[in-house]
Amino acid sequence: MTVKKLGAEELLGIDKFTVDEEEPHIVIDKAICAQCKDKPCLVVCPAALYTLKDGEINFDYAGCLECGTCRVMCRDKGITKWTYPRGTFGVGFRYG
Amino acid sequence: MRLMSDEEKFDAIIVGAGPAGSACAYLLAKAGKSVLVIERGTSAGSKNLTGGRLYTYALELVEPGLYTQAPLERKVVREQIMMLGESSGVTIDYVDYSFKADIPQSYTVLRAHFDEWFAGQAEEQGAMVASGIRVDDLLIKDGKVVGVKAGEDEMFADIVIGADGVNSFMAQKAGLCNDITTQMVGVGIKEIIELPADTIQKRFNLAPDEGTARVILGCTEGIQGGGFLYTNKDSVSLGIVYSPESAAKQSKSVQEIYQDLKMHPAIYPLIEGGTTVGYGAHMVPESGLKGVPKKLYRDGFVVVGDAAGFCINTGTILRGIDLAIVSGVAAARAIISAQTAAEVGPNYVSELEKLNLTPTLKLFAGWPEITSIPRMASAYPQLVNDALKFMFTVDGTVPDKMPKAMMKIAKKHVSFGQLVADGWKGVTSI
Repeated sequence: MTVKKLGAEELLGIDKFTVDEEEPHIVIDKAICAQCKDKPCLVVCPAALYTLKDGEINFDYAGCLECGTCRVMCRDKGITKWTYPRGTFGVGFRYG
Repeated sequence: MRLMSDEEKFDAIIVGAGPAGSACAYLLAKAGKSVLVIERGTSAGSKNLTGGRLYTYALELVEPGLYTQAPLERKVVREQIMMLGESSGVTIDYVDYSFKADIPQSYTVLRAHFDEWFAGQAEEQGAMVASGIRVDDLLIKDGKVVGVKAGEDEMFADIVIGADGVNSFMAQKAGLCNDITTQMVGVGIKEIIELPADTIQKRFNLAPDEGTARVILGCTEGIQGGGFLYTNKDSVSLGIVYSPESAAKQSKSVQEIYQDLKMHPAIYPLIEGGTTVGYGAHMVPESGLKGVPKKLYRDGFVVVGDAAGFCINTGTILRGIDLAIVSGVAAARAIISAQTAAEVGPNYVSELEKLNLTPTLKLFAGWPEITSIPRMASAYPQLVNDALKFMFTVDGTVPDKMPKAMMKIAKKHVSFGQLVADGWKGVTSI
């Protein structure tokens, strides 16, 4: 192995996730996001989970590292729900 | 875990099994109190992250000698400050072997291992640690916090300790603070890069038990923030901490900015051949005393650790875990010494004073002003690199006279006005 640039997906593949399929811990309202000019979520999320697809915010909570950055940065409150995942769900750091 | 009936009431419920929660649980249980620690991760530490290192004195407050059993990584003897240029780097390398004498001053640490161990120690003292449970709310009756709610379960205690970390929903629900704002936090991201121990020792000039802690400036593409590198036993923790507010003013993903740091010609040789075995991100409190709630308690509730915003960042010293442990100790002492429930909060505040936490926070209260000077992230590190480049360059031409050359370099990166303003800010902030 050697060190190289890794994309967000490759990095998240290293971590252990137990996805809560029944209850997403973050919910966004795409209609509100569409009105948001700044869209800081696109650059500040360490897992790069917020992307633009055909001009619309695309988001998947499955690879969330639970840092809360999007929650504090969200300008127009397009994030309508942000909680920690239910107990035992979400990311599990092997090393921390 | 044993089942709880509605009538059962604990002396204390601690929300979060991080260093603050476990330190508090350890001492309360040791004093014979019934303690329930509730942790949302499947095991303590599975949600937690540091750069990072642990300053040992804090663990000594919990139990002298306890650190000798802890899963710590390396004793830090090398303290480094690195300033990166485009393809260059300046490293100040301070080595001090007294840092590992007697009780070593600090150890590099990996939190998944450390936190799990520490919670286990609290359990051995008699605390009950319930993992995999997310606390959803506080139970408040007649203006007093009387317990917590997790899903359908309600659990009661004389005192609830909010040790739930930087996104402290408990402190907010208790009404001690508003939601955190973007100015109050930094975001840390890091990779754990596995390397053989002897490779680490050779590359960083270390003996087998020794470690390096390095802060890095000039690696965030102008975003307010900086980098860090810590040597663990068999891995290197490399990451950046950035201001999300500042990051949002440009268009490159922070994840990519971090990847560029990895590949920087002055960083890459340190990690070459390594394998990335972990990636994580976490918010850190960044505003020091300013970010600490005015009131740290209410009837039936106290807040500790990151949840209380306890942090110190001087640029060379980054403290959080030790302050978390100290505040956990303070809360435990306050609860043990209180004759009545009403005394707990005021006792906690006075213990924080006695244990030097509050006075130290006050001393460094102005420092976030300095670390947030925008030019610290880019212009100044580049200036230093350019100055050294001039001092070391020989190419057969007649160089400029030293003062003229230095003036030219300084002007390229900062204006005279900025220099004066930053100097003034520096002097007045400390």
